[in-house]
Amino acid sequence: MENPILEVRHLSKTFGTNAVLKDIDFTVNKGDVTSIIGASGSGKSTLLRCINLLETLTTGEILYHGQDVTKGKVNASEYRAKVGMVFQSFNLFNNMTVLKNCMIGQEKVSHIKKEEARDRALYYLNKVGMAPYINARPAQISGGQKQRVAIARALAMEPEILLFDEPTSALDPEMVGEVLDVMKSLASDKMTMLVVTHEMAFARDVSTHVVYMADGVIEEEGLPEKIFTNPESLSTRSFLKRILNE
Amino acid sequence: MLIQLFSDIGKLWEKYGSVYLTGIANTLILATVATLIGCVIGFLCGILKTIPYGPNDNIIKRFLLRLIRIIIQAYVEVFRGTPMILQAVFIYYGLPYFFGVAFKDIWTVSILVVSINTGAYMAESVRGGIMSIDVGQFEGAKAIGMNHWQAMLYVILPQTLRNILPQIGNNYIINVKDTSVMFIIGFSDFFAVHKMVSGAVFKYFPSATMEMVGYLCLTLLASFLLRKIEKKMAGKSNYELVNTDQLVMTAGTYSLPKDAASPFDEVNKDIREGK
Ligand SMILES: Nc1ncnc2c1ncn2[C@@H]1O[C@H](COP(=O)(O)OP(=O)(O)OP(=O)(O)O)[C@@H](O)[C@H]1O
Ligand SMILES: [Mg+2]
Repeated sequence: MENPILEVRHLSKTFGTNAVLKDIDFTVNKGDVTSIIGASGSGKSTLLRCINLLETLTTGEILYHGQDVTKGKVNASEYRAKVGMVFQSFNLFNNMTVLKNCMIGQEKVSHIKKEEARDRALYYLNKVGMAPYINARPAQISGGQKQRVAIARALAMEPEILLFDEPTSALDPEMVGEVLDVMKSLASDKMTMLVVTHEMAFARDVSTHVVYMADGVIEEEGLPEKIFTNPESLSTRSFLKRILNE
Repeated sequence: MLIQLFSDIGKLWEKYGSVYLTGIANTLILATVATLIGCVIGFLCGILKTIPYGPNDNIIKRFLLRLIRIIIQAYVEVFRGTPMILQAVFIYYGLPYFFGVAFKDIWTVSILVVSINTGAYMAESVRGGIMSIDVGQFEGAKAIGMNHWQAMLYVILPQTLRNILPQIGNNYIINVKDTSVMFIIGFSDFFAVHKMVSGAVFKYFPSATMEMVGYLCLTLLASFLLRKIEKKMAGKSNYELVNTDQLVMTAGTYSLPKDAASPFDEVNKDIREGK
Protein backbone atom coordinates (compact mmCIF):
# COMPACT_ATOMS: atom_id res chain seq x y z
CA MET A 1 0.00 0.00 0.00
CA GLU A 2 1.84 3.06 -1.25
CA ASN A 3 0.72 6.35 0.18
CA PRO A 4 3.52 8.84 -0.27
CA ILE A 5 3.48 11.87 2.01
CA LEU A 6 6.84 13.21 0.95
CA GLU A 7 8.74 12.67 -2.24
CA VAL A 8 12.19 14.16 -2.55
CA ARG A 9 13.18 14.42 -6.21
CA HIS A 10 16.69 15.15 -7.51
CA LEU A 11 17.47 17.37 -4.56
CA SER A 12 20.84 19.11 -4.62
CA LYS A 13 22.23 21.64 -2.20
CA THR A 14 25.39 23.64 -2.61
CA PHE A 15 26.93 25.98 -0.06
CA GLY A 16 29.12 28.25 -2.15
CA THR A 17 31.14 25.73 -4.09
CA ASN A 18 30.64 22.95 -1.56
CA ALA A 19 28.16 20.42 -2.94
CA VAL A 20 26.65 19.03 0.25
CA LEU A 21 23.75 17.10 -1.26
CA LYS A 22 23.84 15.59 -4.74
CA ASP A 23 20.76 14.37 -6.52
CA ILE A 24 18.95 12.95 -3.50
CA ASP A 25 15.87 10.92 -4.34
CA PHE A 26 13.60 9.15 -1.89
CA THR A 27 10.04 8.74 -0.72
CA VAL A 28 8.36 8.66 2.67
CA ASN A 29 5.07 6.79 2.86
CA LYS A 30 2.45 7.13 5.55
CA GLY A 31 3.44 5.16 8.61
CA ASP A 32 7.09 4.80 7.60
CA VAL A 33 9.75 5.15 10.22
CA THR A 34 12.79 6.02 8.15
CA SER A 35 16.21 6.22 9.75
CA ILE A 36 18.92 8.20 8.02
CA ILE A 37 22.38 7.10 9.04
CA GLY A 38 25.81 8.09 7.83
CA ALA A 39 29.11 9.63 8.82
CA SER A 40 29.43 13.11 10.22
CA GLY A 41 29.35 15.71 7.45
CA SER A 42 27.56 13.47 4.97
CA GLY A 43 24.70 15.99 4.74
CA LYS A 44 22.00 14.38 6.91
CA SER A 45 21.10 17.54 8.81
CA THR A 46 21.16 19.58 5.65
CA LEU A 47 18.73 17.15 4.04
CA LEU A 48 16.25 17.47 6.92
CA ARG A 49 16.61 21.25 6.91
CA CYS A 50 15.91 21.32 3.19
CA ILE A 51 12.82 19.19 3.67
CA ASN A 52 11.57 21.61 6.31
CA LEU A 53 12.47 24.57 4.08
CA LEU A 54 14.93 25.93 6.62
CA GLU A 55 17.41 25.83 3.75
CA THR A 56 16.59 26.62 0.16
CA LEU A 57 17.41 23.88 -2.29
CA THR A 58 19.82 24.55 -5.09
CA THR A 59 17.91 22.28 -7.48
CA GLY A 60 15.25 19.61 -7.27
CA GLU A 61 11.84 19.45 -5.71
CA ILE A 62 10.02 18.25 -2.64
CA LEU A 63 6.52 16.96 -3.20
CA TYR A 64 4.11 16.98 -0.28
CA HIS A 65 1.10 14.89 -1.29
CA GLY A 66 2.21 15.41 -4.85
CA GLN A 67 2.51 19.17 -4.60
CA ASP A 68 5.86 20.90 -4.94
CA VAL A 69 6.50 23.00 -1.86
CA THR A 70 9.76 24.58 -2.96
CA LYS A 71 8.56 26.99 -5.61
CA GLY A 72 6.68 29.36 -3.34
CA LYS A 73 3.24 28.23 -4.52
CA VAL A 74 2.55 26.47 -1.24
CA ASN A 75 2.68 28.61 1.88
CA ALA A 76 5.86 27.65 3.73
CA SER A 77 4.34 28.25 7.16
CA GLU A 78 1.31 26.08 6.52
CA TYR A 79 3.53 23.33 5.18
CA ARG A 80 5.89 23.52 8.16
CA ALA A 81 2.98 23.29 10.55
CA LYS A 82 2.21 19.88 9.00
CA VAL A 83 5.83 18.75 9.00
CA GLY A 84 7.12 18.79 12.56
CA MET A 85 10.77 19.00 13.43
CA VAL A 86 12.69 18.02 16.54
CA PHE A 87 16.18 19.44 16.83
CA GLN A 88 19.35 18.17 18.40
CA SER A 89 19.49 21.30 20.58
CA PHE A 90 15.77 21.22 21.55
CA ASN A 91 15.17 24.86 20.58
CA LEU A 92 12.43 25.41 23.13
CA PHE A 93 11.21 28.95 23.68
CA ASN A 94 12.98 30.16 26.80
CA ASN A 95 10.47 32.88 27.58
CA MET A 96 7.57 30.46 27.94
CA THR A 97 6.57 27.69 30.29
CA VAL A 98 6.50 24.10 29.11
CA LEU A 99 2.75 24.32 28.61
CA LYS A 100 2.92 27.57 26.67
CA ASN A 101 5.65 26.13 24.45
CA CYS A 102 3.13 23.51 23.37
CA MET A 103 0.25 25.96 22.97
CA ILE A 104 1.70 28.95 21.15
CA GLY A 105 1.90 27.30 17.73
CA GLN A 106 -1.63 25.96 17.96
CA GLU A 107 -2.97 29.36 18.95
CA LYS A 108 -1.01 31.58 16.60
CA VAL A 109 -0.49 29.32 13.61
CA SER A 110 -3.52 27.01 13.63
CA HIS A 111 -5.81 29.57 15.31
CA ILE A 112 -7.11 27.09 17.83
CA LYS A 113 -8.93 28.45 20.86
CA LYS A 114 -7.00 28.71 24.07
CA GLU A 115 -8.91 26.07 26.03
CA GLU A 116 -8.66 23.52 23.26
CA ALA A 117 -4.99 24.30 22.71
CA ARG A 118 -4.42 23.73 26.40
CA ASP A 119 -6.22 20.40 26.37
CA ARG A 120 -4.32 19.28 23.35
CA ALA A 121 -0.99 20.41 24.80
CA LEU A 122 -1.75 18.50 28.02
CA TYR A 123 -2.68 15.43 26.05
CA TYR A 124 0.65 15.32 24.28
CA LEU A 125 2.69 16.40 27.30
CA ASN A 126 1.08 13.57 29.17
CA LYS A 127 2.02 11.26 26.35
CA VAL A 128 5.70 12.11 26.69
CA GLY A 129 5.48 12.02 30.48
CA MET A 130 6.01 15.73 30.98
CA ALA A 131 2.57 16.79 32.17
CA PRO A 132 3.68 17.39 35.77
CA TYR A 133 6.14 19.98 34.53
CA ILE A 134 3.77 22.29 32.68
CA ASN A 135 4.70 25.26 34.84
CA ALA A 136 8.44 24.84 34.50
CA ARG A 137 10.55 26.90 32.16
CA PRO A 138 13.01 25.28 29.75
CA ALA A 139 15.98 26.46 31.79
CA GLN A 140 14.65 24.54 34.79
CA ILE A 141 14.43 21.03 33.32
CA SER A 142 16.97 18.45 32.19
CA GLY A 143 18.04 17.81 28.62
CA GLY A 144 15.99 14.65 28.26
CA GLN A 145 12.96 16.45 29.61
CA LYS A 146 13.53 19.34 27.23
CA GLN A 147 13.65 17.00 24.30
CA ARG A 148 10.43 15.31 25.38
CA VAL A 149 8.77 18.71 25.62
CA ALA A 150 10.11 19.55 22.17
CA ILE A 151 8.52 16.37 20.86
CA ALA A 152 5.23 17.25 22.54
CA ARG A 153 5.40 20.73 21.06
CA ALA A 154 5.81 19.26 17.60
CA LEU A 155 3.04 16.70 18.18
CA ALA A 156 0.64 19.36 19.43
CA MET A 157 0.58 20.77 15.90
CA GLU A 158 -0.70 17.32 14.84
CA PRO A 159 1.80 17.03 12.02
CA GLU A 160 1.58 14.40 9.40
CA ILE A 161 5.23 13.60 9.63
CA LEU A 162 7.89 14.30 12.23
CA LEU A 163 11.51 14.99 11.38
CA PHE A 164 14.14 14.29 14.02
CA ASP A 165 17.71 15.55 13.73
CA GLU A 166 19.83 13.49 16.11
CA PRO A 167 17.39 14.01 18.97
CA THR A 168 19.58 12.23 21.51
CA SER A 169 23.05 13.44 20.52
CA ALA A 170 23.12 16.39 22.90
CA LEU A 171 21.96 14.33 25.86
CA ASP A 172 23.83 12.78 28.74
CA PRO A 173 23.87 8.99 28.30
CA GLU A 174 21.42 8.35 31.12
CA MET A 175 18.80 10.51 29.40
CA VAL A 176 19.00 8.96 25.96
CA GLY A 177 16.67 6.14 26.96
CA GLU A 178 13.72 8.26 27.99
CA VAL A 179 13.71 10.08 24.64
CA LEU A 180 14.15 6.89 22.62
CA ASP A 181 11.26 5.36 24.55
CA VAL A 182 9.00 8.21 23.52
CA MET A 183 10.09 7.80 19.92
CA LYS A 184 9.45 4.08 20.07
CA SER A 185 5.96 4.66 21.36
CA LEU A 186 5.34 7.09 18.52
CA ALA A 187 6.56 4.48 16.08
CA SER A 188 4.20 1.90 17.51
CA ASP A 189 1.40 4.46 17.14
CA LYS A 190 2.20 4.49 13.41
CA MET A 191 3.47 8.03 13.42
CA THR A 192 5.33 8.79 10.21
CA MET A 193 8.87 9.69 11.15
CA LEU A 194 12.11 10.60 9.43
CA VAL A 195 14.95 10.23 11.92
CA VAL A 196 18.59 11.18 11.54
CA THR A 197 20.32 9.13 14.18
CA HIS A 198 23.55 7.69 15.45
CA GLU A 199 21.58 5.21 17.57
CA MET A 200 22.05 2.09 15.49
CA ALA A 201 19.85 0.00 17.75
CA PHE A 202 16.96 2.37 17.06
CA ALA A 203 17.64 2.31 13.32
CA ARG A 204 17.78 -1.47 13.29
CA ASP A 205 14.95 -2.37 15.65
CA VAL A 206 12.42 0.43 15.34
CA SER A 207 12.60 1.80 11.83
CA THR A 208 10.87 0.28 8.85
CA HIS A 209 13.31 1.73 6.36
CA VAL A 210 16.98 2.72 6.56
CA VAL A 211 18.79 5.24 4.38
CA TYR A 212 22.56 5.30 4.43
CA MET A 213 24.14 8.55 3.28
CA ALA A 214 27.76 9.18 2.35
CA ASP A 215 29.25 12.36 0.93
CA GLY A 216 25.93 13.90 -0.01
CA VAL A 217 24.43 10.94 -1.83
CA ILE A 218 22.20 8.07 -0.77
CA GLU A 219 24.64 5.22 -0.96
CA GLU A 220 22.17 2.53 -0.03
CA GLU A 221 18.64 2.18 1.32
CA GLY A 222 16.32 -0.61 2.23
CA LEU A 223 14.83 -2.68 5.02
CA PRO A 224 16.77 -2.51 8.27
CA GLU A 225 17.42 -6.26 8.26
CA LYS A 226 18.93 -5.98 4.82
CA ILE A 227 21.12 -2.95 5.58
CA PHE A 228 22.36 -4.23 8.91
CA THR A 229 22.98 -7.85 8.05
CA ASN A 230 23.74 -7.85 4.38
CA PRO A 231 24.62 -4.43 3.01
CA GLU A 232 25.47 -4.27 -0.67
CA SER A 233 27.76 -1.29 -0.67
CA LEU A 234 31.30 -1.51 0.59
CA SER A 235 30.98 1.94 2.09
CA THR A 236 27.88 0.94 4.08
CA ARG A 237 29.64 -2.12 5.32
CA SER A 238 32.69 -0.25 6.58
CA PHE A 239 30.57 2.49 8.15
CA LEU A 240 28.51 -0.04 10.06
CA LYS A 241 31.58 -1.95 11.09
CA ARG A 242 33.15 1.20 12.40
CA ILE A 243 30.13 2.48 14.27
CA LEU A 244 28.99 -0.86 15.71
CA ASN A 245 32.45 -1.56 17.12
CA GLU A 246 32.63 1.74 18.93
CA MET B 1 29.63 77.00 57.25
CA LEU B 2 27.28 74.07 56.99
CA ILE B 3 24.70 75.89 59.04
CA GLN B 4 24.95 78.82 56.69
CA LEU B 5 24.46 76.48 53.74
CA PHE B 6 21.41 74.85 55.27
CA SER B 7 19.82 78.13 56.10
CA ASP B 8 20.45 79.41 52.55
CA ILE B 9 18.90 76.29 51.13
CA GLY B 10 16.01 76.70 53.51
CA LYS B 11 15.38 80.20 52.30
CA LEU B 12 15.68 79.22 48.68
CA TRP B 13 13.27 76.38 49.21
CA GLU B 14 10.77 78.59 50.97
CA LYS B 15 10.71 81.03 48.13
CA TYR B 16 11.30 78.87 45.10
CA GLY B 17 10.39 75.34 46.30
CA SER B 18 7.49 74.98 43.94
CA VAL B 19 9.60 76.19 41.02
CA TYR B 20 12.23 73.55 41.77
CA LEU B 21 9.53 70.91 42.06
CA THR B 22 8.04 71.91 38.73
CA GLY B 23 11.53 71.61 37.27
CA ILE B 24 11.88 68.11 38.70
CA ALA B 25 8.48 67.14 37.32
CA ASN B 26 9.38 68.50 33.88
CA THR B 27 12.69 66.67 33.90
CA LEU B 28 11.04 63.40 34.87
CA ILE B 29 8.26 63.71 32.32
CA LEU B 30 10.66 64.58 29.54
CA ALA B 31 13.10 61.80 30.43
CA THR B 32 10.37 59.19 30.82
CA VAL B 33 8.40 60.00 27.69
CA ALA B 34 11.53 60.41 25.57
CA THR B 35 13.03 57.16 26.84
CA LEU B 36 9.83 55.28 26.02
CA ILE B 37 9.59 56.78 22.54
CA GLY B 38 13.31 56.22 22.12
CA CYS B 39 12.78 52.54 22.91
CA VAL B 40 10.03 52.31 20.31
CA ILE B 41 12.35 53.91 17.76
CA GLY B 42 15.17 51.61 18.83
CA PHE B 43 13.00 48.51 18.51
CA LEU B 44 11.72 49.59 15.10
CA CYS B 45 15.26 50.14 13.86
CA GLY B 46 16.51 46.90 15.37
CA ILE B 47 13.64 44.91 13.87
CA LEU B 48 13.99 46.54 10.46
CA LYS B 49 17.72 45.97 10.45
CA THR B 50 17.39 42.26 11.17
CA ILE B 51 14.85 41.39 8.47
CA PRO B 52 16.63 38.59 6.67
CA TYR B 53 17.08 38.57 2.93
CA GLY B 54 18.89 36.12 0.73
CA PRO B 55 20.02 35.74 -2.84
CA ASN B 56 16.68 34.12 -3.65
CA ASP B 57 14.59 37.16 -2.76
CA ASN B 58 13.56 39.45 -5.55
CA ILE B 59 15.70 42.44 -6.36
CA ILE B 60 13.28 45.09 -5.12
CA LYS B 61 13.04 43.53 -1.69
CA ARG B 62 16.79 43.18 -1.48
CA PHE B 63 17.33 46.75 -2.57
CA LEU B 64 14.77 48.13 -0.12
CA LEU B 65 16.13 46.20 2.81
CA ARG B 66 19.67 47.24 2.05
CA LEU B 67 18.56 50.87 1.74
CA ILE B 68 16.77 50.65 5.09
CA ARG B 69 19.90 49.29 6.72
CA ILE B 70 22.01 52.12 5.32
CA ILE B 71 19.55 54.80 6.41
CA ILE B 72 19.35 53.39 9.92
CA GLN B 73 23.10 53.15 10.17
CA ALA B 74 23.47 56.77 9.07
CA TYR B 75 20.89 57.85 11.63
CA VAL B 76 22.66 55.99 14.40
CA GLU B 77 26.08 57.38 13.51
CA VAL B 78 24.89 60.98 13.27
CA PHE B 79 22.92 61.06 16.50
CA ARG B 80 25.42 59.06 18.51
CA GLY B 81 28.29 61.06 17.15
CA THR B 82 27.13 64.59 17.94
CA PRO B 83 26.33 66.28 21.26
CA MET B 84 22.65 66.35 22.16
CA ILE B 85 22.92 70.03 23.05
CA LEU B 86 23.88 70.75 19.44
CA GLN B 87 21.18 68.46 18.09
CA ALA B 88 18.65 70.48 20.05
CA VAL B 89 19.89 73.76 18.63
CA PHE B 90 20.19 72.31 15.17
CA ILE B 91 16.64 71.00 15.07
CA TYR B 92 15.09 73.93 16.95
CA TYR B 93 16.54 76.54 14.64
CA GLY B 94 16.84 74.36 11.56
CA LEU B 95 13.16 73.87 11.02
CA PRO B 96 12.19 77.57 10.76
CA TYR B 97 15.29 78.13 8.65
CA PHE B 98 14.18 75.65 6.02
CA PHE B 99 10.42 75.64 6.29
CA GLY B 100 9.67 78.99 7.82
CA VAL B 101 7.65 77.43 10.63
CA ALA B 102 8.90 77.44 14.18
CA PHE B 103 8.02 74.90 16.85
CA LYS B 104 5.11 76.33 18.75
CA ASP B 105 5.61 74.09 21.70
CA ILE B 106 8.93 73.67 23.44
CA TRP B 107 7.75 70.31 24.79
CA THR B 108 7.35 68.89 21.32
CA VAL B 109 10.80 69.79 20.18
CA SER B 110 12.40 68.69 23.46
CA ILE B 111 10.73 65.30 23.39
CA LEU B 112 11.60 64.96 19.73
CA VAL B 113 15.29 65.66 20.26
CA VAL B 114 15.75 63.44 23.30
CA SER B 115 13.71 60.59 21.75
CA ILE B 116 15.67 60.62 18.52
CA ASN B 117 18.91 60.69 20.46
CA THR B 118 17.85 57.81 22.72
CA GLY B 119 16.56 55.88 19.71
CA ALA B 120 20.00 56.00 18.13
CA TYR B 121 21.55 54.38 21.18
CA MET B 122 18.73 51.86 21.58
CA ALA B 123 18.83 50.79 17.92
CA GLU B 124 22.22 49.19 18.41
CA SER B 125 21.25 47.63 21.73
CA VAL B 126 18.12 46.10 20.24
CA ARG B 127 19.93 44.76 17.20
CA GLY B 128 22.56 43.23 19.47
CA GLY B 129 19.81 41.87 21.71
CA ILE B 130 18.06 40.21 18.79
CA MET B 131 21.30 38.74 17.47
CA SER B 132 22.18 37.37 20.90
CA ILE B 133 19.12 35.08 20.99
CA ASP B 134 20.33 31.82 19.52
CA VAL B 135 18.96 31.13 16.05
CA GLY B 136 17.75 27.76 17.27
CA GLN B 137 14.73 29.36 18.88
CA PHE B 138 13.99 31.12 15.61
CA GLU B 139 14.15 27.82 13.79
CA GLY B 140 12.05 26.17 16.47
CA ALA B 141 9.40 28.82 15.85
CA LYS B 142 9.59 28.38 12.09
CA ALA B 143 9.39 24.62 12.44
CA ILE B 144 5.94 24.88 14.04
CA GLY B 145 4.81 27.14 11.24
CA MET B 146 5.40 30.64 12.56
CA ASN B 147 6.46 33.25 10.06
CA HIS B 148 9.27 35.73 10.66
CA TRP B 149 7.01 38.28 12.35
CA GLN B 150 5.30 35.81 14.64
CA ALA B 151 8.64 34.37 15.69
CA MET B 152 9.85 37.90 16.39
CA LEU B 153 6.77 38.95 18.29
CA TYR B 154 6.22 35.90 20.49
CA VAL B 155 9.68 34.43 20.91
CA ILE B 156 12.54 36.76 20.10
CA LEU B 157 11.43 40.24 21.14
CA PRO B 158 10.17 39.36 24.64
CA GLN B 159 13.59 37.87 25.36
CA THR B 160 15.35 40.79 23.72
CA LEU B 161 13.41 43.22 25.87
CA ARG B 162 14.36 41.35 29.00
CA ASN B 163 18.00 41.17 28.00
CA ILE B 164 18.36 44.84 27.19
CA LEU B 165 16.41 46.10 30.17
CA PRO B 166 19.65 47.11 31.90
CA GLN B 167 20.58 49.20 28.87
CA ILE B 168 17.17 50.80 28.80
CA GLY B 169 17.64 51.65 32.47
CA ASN B 170 21.03 53.10 31.72
CA ASN B 171 19.59 55.27 29.00
CA TYR B 172 16.82 56.40 31.29
CA ILE B 173 19.26 57.52 33.96
CA ILE B 174 21.40 59.27 31.38
CA ASN B 175 18.29 61.02 30.10
CA VAL B 176 17.28 62.19 33.56
CA LYS B 177 20.62 63.95 33.79
CA ASP B 178 21.22 64.94 30.20
CA THR B 179 17.85 66.50 29.55
CA SER B 180 19.50 69.37 31.44
CA VAL B 181 21.05 70.48 28.17
CA MET B 182 17.61 71.32 26.85
CA PHE B 183 17.77 74.63 28.73
CA ILE B 184 19.61 75.80 25.62
CA ILE B 185 16.35 76.02 23.73
CA GLY B 186 14.43 77.29 26.73
CA PHE B 187 12.99 74.11 28.21
CA SER B 188 12.41 74.69 31.92
CA ASP B 189 13.71 71.49 33.47
CA PHE B 190 15.29 71.07 36.88
CA PHE B 191 18.62 72.52 35.80
CA ALA B 192 17.02 75.48 34.03
CA VAL B 193 15.41 76.36 37.35
CA HIS B 194 18.86 76.54 38.91
CA LYS B 195 20.05 78.92 36.24
CA MET B 196 17.03 81.10 36.68
CA VAL B 197 16.87 81.17 40.47
CA SER B 198 20.57 81.52 41.17
CA GLY B 199 20.81 84.25 38.57
CA ALA B 200 18.05 86.14 40.36
CA VAL B 201 19.26 85.80 43.94
CA PHE B 202 22.99 85.09 43.52
CA LYS B 203 22.93 81.93 45.66
CA TYR B 204 24.90 79.78 43.26
CA PHE B 205 26.36 77.24 45.64
CA PRO B 206 23.27 76.51 47.74
CA SER B 207 21.22 76.10 44.60
CA ALA B 208 23.84 73.85 43.02
CA THR B 209 23.84 71.72 46.16
CA MET B 210 20.11 71.30 45.90
CA GLU B 211 20.49 70.33 42.26
CA MET B 212 23.18 67.78 43.02
CA VAL B 213 21.14 66.15 45.75
CA GLY B 214 17.98 66.37 43.68
CA TYR B 215 19.48 64.69 40.62
CA LEU B 216 21.10 62.02 42.74
CA CYS B 217 17.81 61.20 44.43
CA LEU B 218 16.08 60.96 41.06
CA THR B 219 18.64 58.63 39.58
CA LEU B 220 18.81 56.48 42.72
CA LEU B 221 15.06 56.15 42.67
CA ALA B 222 15.15 55.29 39.00
CA SER B 223 17.73 52.53 39.42
CA PHE B 224 15.80 51.14 42.37
CA LEU B 225 12.60 50.94 40.33
CA LEU B 226 14.43 49.47 37.36
CA ARG B 227 15.90 46.71 39.47
CA LYS B 228 12.42 45.88 40.69
CA ILE B 229 11.13 45.67 37.14
CA GLU B 230 14.06 43.52 36.09
CA LYS B 231 13.42 41.12 38.91
CA LYS B 232 9.77 40.90 38.03
CA MET B 233 10.52 40.16 34.38
CA ALA B 234 12.99 37.44 35.26
CA GLY B 235 10.04 35.33 36.37
CA LYS B 236 9.78 32.79 39.14
CA SER B 237 12.92 30.92 40.00
CA ASN B 238 11.06 27.76 40.94
CA TYR B 239 8.05 25.85 39.71
CA GLU B 240 5.56 23.46 41.20
CA LEU B 241 4.90 19.99 39.95
CA VAL B 242 1.33 19.42 38.96
CA ASN B 243 -0.68 16.44 40.06
CA THR B 244 -0.74 14.11 37.08
CA ASP B 245 -4.05 12.38 37.77
CA GLN B 246 -5.84 15.65 37.57
CA LEU B 247 -4.13 16.42 34.29
CA VAL B 248 -4.97 13.12 32.72
CA MET B 249 -8.61 13.79 33.42
CA THR B 250 -8.43 17.19 31.81
CA ALA B 251 -6.46 15.84 28.91
CA GLY B 252 -9.03 13.08 28.49
CA THR B 253 -11.62 15.64 27.47
CA TYR B 254 -9.61 16.30 24.36
CA SER B 255 -10.58 14.15 21.43
CA LEU B 256 -8.72 14.00 18.21
CA PRO B 257 -10.54 15.09 15.09
CA LYS B 258 -12.31 12.15 13.41
CA ASP B 259 -10.87 12.72 9.99
CA ALA B 260 -7.46 13.62 11.27
CA ALA B 261 -4.39 12.66 9.40
CA SER B 262 -3.17 12.21 12.90
CA PRO B 263 -0.83 9.44 13.88
CA PHE B 264 -2.92 8.33 16.79
CA ASP B 265 -6.01 7.21 14.95
CA GLU B 266 -6.25 3.67 16.21
CA VAL B 267 -3.78 3.04 18.92
CA ASN B 268 -4.66 5.75 21.38
CA LYS B 269 -8.39 5.35 21.35
CA ASP B 270 -8.31 4.09 24.93
CA ILE B 271 -6.53 7.11 26.25
CA ARG B 272 -8.76 9.44 24.37
CA GLU B 273 -11.89 7.86 25.66
CA GLY B 274 -10.51 8.12 29.13
CA LYS B 275 -10.24 4.42 29.81
N1 LIG C 1 25.25 26.88 6.49
C1 LIG C 1 26.29 26.21 5.95
N2 LIG C 1 27.20 26.84 5.21
C2 LIG C 1 28.22 26.18 4.65
N3 LIG C 1 28.41 24.85 4.78
C3 LIG C 1 27.55 24.15 5.50
C4 LIG C 1 26.42 24.79 6.14
N4 LIG C 1 25.72 23.84 6.80
C5 LIG C 1 26.37 22.69 6.59
N5 LIG C 1 27.45 22.87 5.81
C6 LIG C 1 28.37 21.81 5.36
O1 LIG C 1 27.61 20.77 4.81
C7 LIG C 1 28.17 19.51 5.12
C8 LIG C 1 27.11 18.60 5.68
O2 LIG C 1 26.68 19.09 6.93
P1 LIG C 1 25.54 18.41 7.75
O3 LIG C 1 25.38 19.19 9.00
O4 LIG C 1 24.34 18.25 6.90
O5 LIG C 1 26.16 16.99 8.06
P2 LIG C 1 25.58 15.86 8.99
O6 LIG C 1 25.52 14.63 8.16
O7 LIG C 1 24.33 16.28 9.64
O8 LIG C 1 26.73 15.70 10.06
P3 LIG C 1 26.62 15.38 11.63
O9 LIG C 1 26.44 13.90 11.77
O10 LIG C 1 27.94 15.84 12.16
O11 LIG C 1 25.49 16.17 12.17
C9 LIG C 1 29.33 19.78 6.07
O12 LIG C 1 30.51 19.66 5.34
C10 LIG C 1 29.14 21.19 6.51
O13 LIG C 1 30.38 21.80 6.70
MG1 LIG D 1 23.81 16.81 11.68
